[in-house]
Amino acid sequence: MQEQERNKRYNAYVEAKIAKTHAWPSLFNSFWVGGLICTFGQLCNDLILLWFPSVSTQSAWAYTLIILIFLASFLTGLGVFDKIGAFAGAGTIVPITGFSNSITSPAVEFKNEGIIFGMCAKMFIIAGPVIVSGTVASMIVGLIYLFV
Amino acid sequence: MERKRGNQTVFFNNKPKIIGHYSIVGPKEGKGNLRNYFSEIEEKDDFFGQETYEKAERVMIERALDGAIKSANAKYSDVHLFMAGDLLNQIISSSYAARSFDIPYVGVFGACSTMVESLALSACLVDGGHFDTIACATSSHFSTAERQFRFPLELGNQRPPTSQWTVTGSGADIVSIKGNGPIITCATFGKVTDYGIGDVNNMGAAMAPAAMNTLIAHFKDTNTTPKDYDLILSGDLGKLGSEILIDLMEEQGYKLGLNYKDCGQIIYKRNQNVLMGGSGCACSATVFNSIIMKKLLTGELKKVLFMATGALLSTTSSQQGDTVPGIAHAVVIEGVKK
Repeated sequence: MQEQERNKRYNAYVEAKIAKTHAWPSLFNSFWVGGLICTFGQLCNDLILLWFPSVSTQSAWAYTLIILIFLASFLTGLGVFDKIGAFAGAGTIVPITGFSNSITSPAVEFKNEGIIFGMCAKMFIIAGPVIVSGTVASMIVGLIYLFV
Repeated sequence: MERKRGNQTVFFNNKPKIIGHYSIVGPKEGKGNLRNYFSEIEEKDDFFGQETYEKAERVMIERALDGAIKSANAKYSDVHLFMAGDLLNQIISSSYAARSFDIPYVGVFGACSTMVESLALSACLVDGGHFDTIACATSSHFSTAERQFRFPLELGNQRPPTSQWTVTGSGADIVSIKGNGPIITCATFGKVTDYGIGDVNNMGAAMAPAAMNTLIAHFKDTNTTPKDYDLILSGDLGKLGSEILIDLMEEQGYKLGLNYKDCGQIIYKRNQNVLMGGSGCACSATVFNSIIMKKLLTGELKKVLFMATGALLSTTSSQQGDTVPGIAHAVVIEGVKK
């Protein structure tokens, strides 16, 4: 009991001691980098539609996503993406570039533990929960759609 | 003189000495504050010529031991026991490094307190007359620690402001009853202390209470105060952790003054983006085996209280929501009298 009291006091003291991070500069970086990525995506989309008139709007979206996923993966492999991510935070995580990076980075990291149990198995250690929650969410929405 | 006082402190009457030492670090540490003090700096390749970072860490231990034996002007056959530990699961760096030596091996684990733990144990065994000469070593590598405890290296995430940077390096010491060098006069073994910190990115706060317990036990058992030491050196509490330690000690009536320093705050420069400072087994090991040993040998420092702290968690315990227990061990090292 006494110990719990002591731990509670200590945790409160540490919490107060930690210098509060200033959110504004990192928010600013997140927004302008994230915005830039989205603008680039829009640009890809518009150029595809402009240069290849036979492509449908739906397919143009898919091509845009493929370009963004590829670029993020490629930059991860080059060892550049983690530096951009450390600077921009959510700005690179929220767009599809973050998802791509979260799959490529463990693949690179665990390559030396073998192709199957290293790279393939550990590729999803970060993205796995996102995929699971996405699937569960779509199941729930599907059920609602079925009955309502 | 008595061999043990209080519950935690042992005294060495036969003067076990540190007759050889060596420190090897990676590129980032080489650009830090202690550039001119390390025995060896790998300037570019943090793989140390190996295929994986895990193998690189072993190579660092091998080179550190080799260098320490050379600096003691000894041969491998003069070393009767090799005692080492590191951060990786099942202390593979140390055990695999020991594979390449024809020396009996004892693996120890105290997380980042391993350097002091092995120095204290070596001093006990040497002082007791069981071994003449013991080599002790420890290592850590930024990239192996990140992989085991945190996220893949290339993941574009932001580090929390209270986190620390694992030092890439290895340090080794040769403790012997023969020869000349700084003398280990006593050791205080710490108790596992947990004040309920659950944040694995705030090791300094988790380990500071353990450091306080060990320091108080040490001062009581040895009848000394912080003023009796030229230097009180903690391992890797970092900026936040050492500020907390100073507060906690003051609450207990001990004032840590300008003679208190933390290895984690010494090793890197401020602009190296390491947030709260260095951490890892190699943090205390490389700082001690560079600038501190040099000053002990020149007589600039005469009495040093060297205490290293460790966070005794694993990824399993932290994922199951357990708090982070800390430990701290301390040794007193007295320099060569000039």
